[in-house]
Amino acid sequence: MKTVKRESRRDFLKAAGLTAGGLFIGFNWSSCDSPKVEVLSTEQVLANAKNFNAYLSIAPSGDVVIYSPNPELGQNIKTSFPMVVAEELDADWSKVRVLQANLDTEKYDRQLTGGSGAMPHSWERLRKAGATAKYVLVAAAAKAWNVPAEEISVENGIISHKGSGKSGHFGEFVGEAAQMETPEEVTLKDKKDFKIIGTPVKNVDAREIYTGKPLFGLDFYREGMKHAMVQRAPFGMKIKSVEDGAARAVAGVTDVVTFGNSVAVVGDSTWPLLKAKKLLRVEYEPDGTVESTADHDRIFQDLIANGKAEVRREDGNVKSAFANAAKVVSAEYQCPFLAHSPMEPENFFAHVQGDRCELIGPTQTPDRARQTAAQILGIPAENLTVEITRLGGGFGRRLRADFVEEAVHISKAINAPVKLTWSREDELTGGAYRPAVRYRFEAALDESGTMIGYKLRGVGMNAGNSTRENNFPSGAVDNLLIENINYDSSITTNAWRAPITNFLAYAEQSFLDEVALEAGKDPVAFRLELLDRAKNNPVGRLGYDVDRMIGVVKTAAEKSNWGKNSNVKQGFSVYFSHRSYVAQVADIEMEGGSPVLKKITAVTDCGMVVNPTGANHQVRGGIVDGMGHAMYTNLTFENGVPKQRNYDLYRLIRMKEVPEIETHFVDSGYDPTGLGEPALPPTGGAIANAIFAATGRRLRSQPFIEQKEFSDVKLEIRRS
Amino acid sequence: MASFNLKVNGKSHQVDVEDDTPLLWVLRDHLGLVGTKFSCGIAQCGACTVHLNGNPTFSCVTPISSVGNSEVTTIEGLSENGDHPVQKAWEEVDVAQCGYCQGGQIMQAVAFLKQNPNPSMEEIDNAMNRNICRCGTYHKIREAVAEAAKNM
Repeated sequence: MKTVKRESRRDFLKAAGLTAGGLFIGFNWSSCDSPKVEVLSTEQVLANAKNFNAYLSIAPSGDVVIYSPNPELGQNIKTSFPMVVAEELDADWSKVRVLQANLDTEKYDRQLTGGSGAMPHSWERLRKAGATAKYVLVAAAAKAWNVPAEEISVENGIISHKGSGKSGHFGEFVGEAAQMETPEEVTLKDKKDFKIIGTPVKNVDAREIYTGKPLFGLDFYREGMKHAMVQRAPFGMKIKSVEDGAARAVAGVTDVVTFGNSVAVVGDSTWPLLKAKKLLRVEYEPDGTVESTADHDRIFQDLIANGKAEVRREDGNVKSAFANAAKVVSAEYQCPFLAHSPMEPENFFAHVQGDRCELIGPTQTPDRARQTAAQILGIPAENLTVEITRLGGGFGRRLRADFVEEAVHISKAINAPVKLTWSREDELTGGAYRPAVRYRFEAALDESGTMIGYKLRGVGMNAGNSTRENNFPSGAVDNLLIENINYDSSITTNAWRAPITNFLAYAEQSFLDEVALEAGKDPVAFRLELLDRAKNNPVGRLGYDVDRMIGVVKTAAEKSNWGKNSNVKQGFSVYFSHRSYVAQVADIEMEGGSPVLKKITAVTDCGMVVNPTGANHQVRGGIVDGMGHAMYTNLTFENGVPKQRNYDLYRLIRMKEVPEIETHFVDSGYDPTGLGEPALPPTGGAIANAIFAATGRRLRSQPFIEQKEFSDVKLEIRRS
Repeated sequence: MASFNLKVNGKSHQVDVEDDTPLLWVLRDHLGLVGTKFSCGIAQCGACTVHLNGNPTFSCVTPISSVGNSEVTTIEGLSENGDHPVQKAWEEVDVAQCGYCQGGQIMQAVAFLKQNPNPSMEEIDNAMNRNICRCGTYHKIREAVAEAAKNM
């Protein structure tokens, strides 16, 4: 087989000059108004740059290199982190080049992507990184000019002293500044003076993405590496026998390796492996429970009714509240499994050499990748390196290191560098799903329609807790009981964007809508009444800030013209997760007897917005994600194997199915909180509540289009 | 194994592969043109979209033996300096989240705008419905296609 020799990714990056924020390949500074400066490659910049801290190097040319440690999977962290550093540094953004840092647990804390936690965790650190570097640069200039540092000002990468008329760019002082002791404490800017934070800075990888450069793990190539794909056992099964003769006979296949319950085909390129995998004859036998969706439905119903529950929270006297209720409302909600389905299937490069190992690829948890590989190989973690590529989506799937394990096993077995690639079928059948879950809600209302009792019982899967017991409406109800029951499934499960709350929020917000209507109250007024109670006379612990939640509820009602247009049927939902508050209103119009979802209005309080473009992306993306999966997507099992194995049956939302989405952000004055996940949880509830308002049909399961309530009526989403 | 002569982005290439090898894998594994992405492998998502004589084509289900003398254009060959009006519009509108599907989206949009330089929003939606974006950047994609149409 002839394979055209080509540059490795590393070599490519060298040649292209890496990624530059606001500075593109071939861009010439001399064409700008700024002073004539020679265009340097990033390699040249780095060769002379002085390190100031883990995030920042500055070259004598004035070029600023900012390292972004957290994996970038579309949450825009590779742009927003450097913005924060550059802000406090008062850098000229057009001279900032951003590099993805490799795993370095000495330099960085929490170098992972998950829980919408990067910005709240690093906000202070990033600001200090910029501010301390600015401090020593100013000190160096003060020394050089023999003027007091307090009289010096910095703007746009230029340090100047008004009194003496002296000025110079950062680069002129890096030699001296980098030697200086950085202060322990440093004054940070007043937020009102921010010039970069709060502006729509463009994605630093934009040009590379739009010209098809090799940014992603699957694009990685190294001369001499092998390719591999893996056949995995159905859940609850183990290998009985492997017949690999036909697979080995495929031209381009060089090896077949069995490890654990997996069989890897290895070769010189990908296509022969896709063919060879289909020719493997692997016989499996049960190794635990072999489950189907029908079993889950039966088990869930049984556990909800009769299971022994763990009490997560109990306030007041629930028994008496329900015994004395004027009205009791109850409902059960259940969701299906979902795969994460990032557009870039799982993959990883591993090169095991004796007691050392090199790992390169898309991971949300580079340190877990390293620790996992170290354990397999029985070598110290220091002997491994992890290079983080751009991730073609994650949604929680890449928190796991199962694909890293596979790559390491294969590289070790064949004693060669290897790139493991999963197919879409592998991704949909390869486990670590959003688990199915079932909830039972009960509410007790008194004569006046006040909710005096509230019960939630969840049956989760492979999870410690399927509820969020301190979330709303906890704290707003006198008598409350939150219980959890766990079911251990042989099907592997994992965090999926907004774990637990991605479905719990829908179920809870739809149920509260049911209760409000039973109480004869407007759904928004009903929530505000509960929030008022939580604010003025809270019951037990509050896991949320009542004022911030009231803020988004009121703003969403106002921005959506709640209840003001009788032709538009609306559904309301509000949820707090990952430190942020999001309220949403869904607008449905009836067209030819069918409910058509036309618009979502979303109001978010995520504290300060670092990058409005990125923030809008996360809110709209979260809504589209929540909407698509609530409406269309299902993953069902038969004998430990999913029935939906590719996008022909596993339906993802498409362009024509996306309504208008209007976004608003509440300026609450808080530091930035999470935004990768919080917009997703409220969406399903807003839609379900609008559907009820429009049709009187209550949806208590997902995906909506497969429910019997809509077997006779089409349910659609489209713009006007 | 057979030998194939291909015209990709204006250059000639010779590859020796099995004749059922999809164009996608020839581009990615044999020519090092990895801007064309693998995602579903069954013509459902559009991440692998390239042009054959200007027509948008799912390269994941296009056997190399069927390509013949067609001119293949990939995202890498769309413009010399990444300045095709559609690429510029994508940059201006700041479309991408993860970015993985965007090369395929751009190729789909370029082919569509060549056929329909003044599309309605509805026509844009219909054309772009062939490509999935798991991050949900659909609003931005629509905006960028409309923006590009103004500048073509």
